[in-house]
Amino acid sequence: MRYGRIVMVALLLATAVVLQTVVLSRIPFPQATPDLVLLVVVALAMVQGPNSGAVIGFFGGLMVDVVPPADGAAGRWALVLCLVGWFAGRAGDAVEGSAFLPLLVVVGSAFASLVGYAAIGWLIGDVRVTSSPVLRAIPAAVLYDVLFSPFVVPLVMALAKRFEATTTYARTIR
Amino acid sequence: MRDSRRTRLVLVVLLLVSLTLIALNGSSGPGHAIRSGASAVFGPVQRAAASAFRPIHDFFGGIGKDQQAQLNRLKQENDLLRLQERASQYATCRAGELNALMHLAGIGQYTIKPAQVIAVGPAQSFAWTAEIDSGAQDGLKVGMTVINGDGLVGKVEFVSTSTSVVLLAIDPEFKVGVRVESTLEVGAVSGEGTDPMTVQLLTGQELRQGDRLVTDFRPDSLFAGGVPVGTLTSVHGTVGSLGRSASVQAYVNFTALDLVGVIVDNPRTDPRDSVLPPKPTVTPGVVATPPGSSCGSPAVAATTATPTASATGTANPTPSTSHSP
Repeated sequence: MRYGRIVMVALLLATAVVLQTVVLSRIPFPQATPDLVLLVVVALAMVQGPNSGAVIGFFGGLMVDVVPPADGAAGRWALVLCLVGWFAGRAGDAVEGSAFLPLLVVVGSAFASLVGYAAIGWLIGDVRVTSSPVLRAIPAAVLYDVLFSPFVVPLVMALAKRFEATTTYARTIR
Repeated sequence: MRDSRRTRLVLVVLLLVSLTLIALNGSSGPGHAIRSGASAVFGPVQRAAASAFRPIHDFFGGIGKDQQAQLNRLKQENDLLRLQERASQYATCRAGELNALMHLAGIGQYTIKPAQVIAVGPAQSFAWTAEIDSGAQDGLKVGMTVINGDGLVGKVEFVSTSTSVVLLAIDPEFKVGVRVESTLEVGAVSGEGTDPMTVQLLTGQELRQGDRLVTDFRPDSLFAGGVPVGTLTSVHGTVGSLGRSASVQAYVNFTALDLVGVIVDNPRTDPRDSVLPPKPTVTPGVVATPPGSSCGSPAVAATTATPTASATGTANPTPSTSHSP
């Protein structure tokens, strides 16, 4: 069952990365792009807890970092989404059963991830990270992520819960 | 308790790994190896996905319905231009001074490899890059010039077997040497993301709005000269001051990139090879014509038959200028 879960997570992340680069980024949304990978990471983390959340966030971010046409420093999105996954995982229990609270987690994650990514870029001297595109991207990205989350987050959470149910049930029985 | 401690440990380890990767970032480090692996795995998937999601992109790109028509039109236009190029070459052979001038410039032809944009980087990474569906197996190398029918698109930044990554000209890391077409002034254009590109010019000669910029010609560089970049929109600084800057309106629409061409053969290295019929070959002069610079930016269709002949005449001196100073 554990392997099934890993395969499910890997497939979800890979699909999200491919859809994000091939489809979403090419649609000219003003200022930002809906962050599908972030939504998948947050949704999975809220179901699977901080431990898995951090791991899923790390690998999701690493994919965003290295799958072409990305060309930034490998590890930037990995670091940011690892933290996002961890915090979303911690928030997972609190938001369980609510329809509105997961949305708050998405807002926080979208905001924090962009600020974190820009901060790392600023620290390592990335010429692309200047105040005006960052400030324009943050509200746009938060808005798009919130608009997209009703289509992504419940689906991914439901899928994850099916796998989670079998695994945790087996564990509690044992 | 045990779980919480393990959680922290996992988190700390992953964060350390991320920081190590960021610190090791470089063209030869593990980041490069990971990226090569990633493009080997994801490249084919993205190619397939790009063709599967073609209708969606076409819908937003706005060129969907008449893509085939557009392709045919471009092919026709290409043939026509090639014909005109030969004719103009013949003419230059007969025109004494002009002939000498043209030969100084090395009237070779760009050999271009057509390629399709299959993926674009998300805007919140603040990088302006695109992935195209040809790579090392098509003869692409890092540093080659990427153009489309309108002008300069960018340069090849990373090459995989069947795909490669293009650094777009509007990326803040993109810099290219240019010349103002009317005054031959040298400058450097750099991308500014969603803001218009800027050009830094070395001397303070008079600049006018609407002056055209073309890439500078370097004999030893993979980057091609004479490629149209854009027009000056607003000039900052005063006449006579050392170093002036201006905003540049690019010819290319970077949010609707689709069919591009990679200049795989610089005119200087192998000028004759490109006359081979099956490959779409374009000369420096002819490349300069499509932006419709002589007749406003979007009206490319208007410059079909006879107008281009005269446009070729105006654009041809462009590459030769790089030798004159």
